[in-house]
Amino acid sequence: MYEGPVQDLIEELGRLPGVGPKSAQRIAFHLLGSDPADVARLQDALQRVKDGVVFCDVCGNVSEQERCRICRDARRDPASVCVVEEPKDVLAIERTREFKGRYHVLGGALDPLSGIGPDQLRIRELLTRIGEQEVTEVIIATDPNTEGEATATYLVRMLRDFPGLTVTRLASGLPMGGDLEFADELTLGRAFSGRRTV
Amino acid sequence: MYVRHLQVSDFRSWEHADLELTPGATVLIGQNGQGKTNLVEAIGYVATLSSHRVATDAPLVRIGAERAIVRTAVVHEGRELTVELEITPGKANRARVNRGAVARPRDVLGILRTVLFAPEDLALVRGDPGERRRFLDDLLVLRAPRFAGVRSDYERVLRQRNALLKTAGAARRAGSKGDIGTLEVWNGHLAKHGAQLLAARLDLVTALAPLVRAAYAGVAPESRPVDIAYRSSVDGLPADRPSDVDSVEAALLASLTEVRDAELERGVSLVGPHRDELELTLGESPAKGYASHGECWSFALSLRLGSYELLRADGGEPVLVLDDVFAELDRRRRSRLAEVAAAAEQVLVTAAVAEDVPEELTATRYTVSDGEVSRAE
Repeated sequence: MYEGPVQDLIEELGRLPGVGPKSAQRIAFHLLGSDPADVARLQDALQRVKDGVVFCDVCGNVSEQERCRICRDARRDPASVCVVEEPKDVLAIERTREFKGRYHVLGGALDPLSGIGPDQLRIRELLTRIGEQEVTEVIIATDPNTEGEATATYLVRMLRDFPGLTVTRLASGLPMGGDLEFADELTLGRAFSGRRTV
Repeated sequence: MYVRHLQVSDFRSWEHADLELTPGATVLIGQNGQGKTNLVEAIGYVATLSSHRVATDAPLVRIGAERAIVRTAVVHEGRELTVELEITPGKANRARVNRGAVARPRDVLGILRTVLFAPEDLALVRGDPGERRRFLDDLLVLRAPRFAGVRSDYERVLRQRNALLKTAGAARRAGSKGDIGTLEVWNGHLAKHGAQLLAARLDLVTALAPLVRAAYAGVAPESRPVDIAYRSSVDGLPADRPSDVDSVEAALLASLTEVRDAELERGVSLVGPHRDELELTLGESPAKGYASHGECWSFALSLRLGSYELLRADGGEPVLVLDDVFAELDRRRRSRLAEVAAAAEQVLVTAAVAEDVPEELTATRYTVSDGEVSRAE
């Protein structure tokens, strides 16, 4: 145990995801030894993230203005909407540079254990959006785990009544650069059932 | 297959132990509380990633230590694989095979296969249905490691669904709708994972039943015959093809619709593999409550010996572990068990006194005392 402010800082840092007690201690002492200007910049960044960040009115992604950069971008196809759980998933898909449509961030997945149902997610907003705008394809890109799969199934049920709307789910299967022999049975089984004609 | 080498650090009472093993029978002799069982428990842990004595990992780590390490070298068809497990309570365990890290500890399942018989197994006969379900599922995973995934997916969906039933049931009683609209979604997922587990269990019991009956007749020939049967909470399972996953899924889904109101009332999932029972019968009566102490022992032993025979028939003979069981058996049962055990590729036996163990099994003896394992002449 350290005394006073240093221990407080270690405890606060230790609450962050992915930071254990040792890392928290290391970061705390790094901050203690660093230039006041650096600390001020960090302080400032923390302050701004709580004050300045808003969520995009349309897609729910983190944004600086009422509408996020992607929703403002006229080159992005508004007819194609990719549904993801979190803002970080938008970033992951953006890095591929494959997708030219727009996004819809749900803000999580169905998770009754944590008290998250459809009303806690931005599902109603999605339905309104599809009803009002010219959306022709919805790509469901929730995580391939228990909660993500349940969310996908739920979305499919809600979306099947829209006429002329194509609903797709991201393929799951073998990772690129991987070896077939090292794939686990579940992944390989999925890849098999989702095989395509070439 | 056999375990050629076992090394543990900070596991249970052991700060460090190192043991060279050979095929055939090995007996660990030591007074109570010297740590014999801890050593075979470590071997069982490598095979199943769980202990036969406790449900959590915390007691496996020596008091005062942060993590326990279990290292084994397993020889199978002339090839040797080393498996190393690092057990850190409260964190994800880590596993290495041949010194290379594997993505998930689950990937080591299947390298070592053991059948372990211990005093705790009396609960298989006398305990709750949950004990018998775990027995079946553990055996499924030993036969096909893929079921470790099926089982954990099922449990996850089940927990989510129960949480939903609780809140939706409460909402319904309060007159609002709640999240009941998502129940069908969870039903679908529960049925999908549950059907795989259920169909596999049905298959397993069909294969296991004759082996258990034969093992019991061998161990206790003077007793009434025994039988095992799977009784499911799911109605309308296809009688002609019980292990057809699609039909099982349809039956499970139909059962879920039927019990919907009762489930919302009580806030728990009422049908599915988690509510099923492996029925054990002795003569005409259920074993639980009717069998004598000796009969319960013989029944539990037969379930293990049946498992052993089943795994052996699959190929890749498992390592047989008999933890402190000879003292509980009468002379005839001892010699019957010794007969089976002596034929095993490798059998590890623990006992407090050497006299309890039949002679066939005492060729290689180790003494365990004061934190030391030493070869006895």
